[in-house]
Amino acid sequence: MSNTRYIELPSVIESVEEVANSADEFARSRGFGDEIIFAIDLAIRESVANAVKHGNRFDENKAVQVTFSDTDEGLEIQVRDFGTGFSVADIPDPTDPENLLKANGRGILFMRSFMDEVEWSNPEDGGLVVRMLKRR
Amino acid sequence: MSDITITERQAGDVTILDLQGKVTIGEGSVALRTTIRRLLGEGKNKILLNLGGVGYIDSSGIGELVSSFTAVKKEGGVLKLLSLTQKIQDLLAITKLLTVFDTYDDEPSALSSYN
Repeated sequence: MSNTRYIELPSVIESVEEVANSADEFARSRGFGDEIIFAIDLAIRESVANAVKHGNRFDENKAVQVTFSDTDEGLEIQVRDFGTGFSVADIPDPTDPENLLKANGRGILFMRSFMDEVEWSNPEDGGLVVRMLKRR
Repeated sequence: MSDITITERQAGDVTILDLQGKVTIGEGSVALRTTIRRLLGEGKNKILLNLGGVGYIDSSGIGELVSSFTAVKKEGGVLKLLSLTQKIQDLLAITKLLTVFDTYDDEPSALSSYN
């Protein structure tokens, strides 16, 4: 059984569900429990939705690449888009009173709240990679 | 098949929406938005969202709850939440939205709060 799974999907909303289902199956097959799987599911959905919407801006010619890895530390997830990238520091704090009633901007908060590590990088050949780790 | 089923009930002048399924990016969020806008168009602006049957909600769904809340308030109405699951409560706590929404565990208490 491979410790890594790679999937590449088009930039459509349906890809969110497809990746989430694949992550669920991957995590269960490696013995992760329900609480961890819930966290992974939420983080995966938010990160892939961001890649589709804000990264690739629904451009179906641009792929979303996702890798799950079962490591000694836990379950590591990488999600890559091919957009123009962004700086996390520029994202307003959704819990700031002035932002509480905004419709958007909570995805990164959820990713950070439910995963043990979340980091972003901009590869030289473009796009954005988010790497997340959920420890066992 | 849609991710969500929304059933409408009337209790006096309060419209109760029983949600079943997922309120997530795509169909689930759009279905909620469409229903709320229709109710407001019909002059129904006291709305109680029963989330007891919602097994899953993402940030897009949370955003739709907030949009619904502000849309109803703008029309002079009130939108409240009923029967939050533990996971939804956790998400609302993380986002500090428990300070925004009136939430209730049981329907009679929720309904009497509109008076």
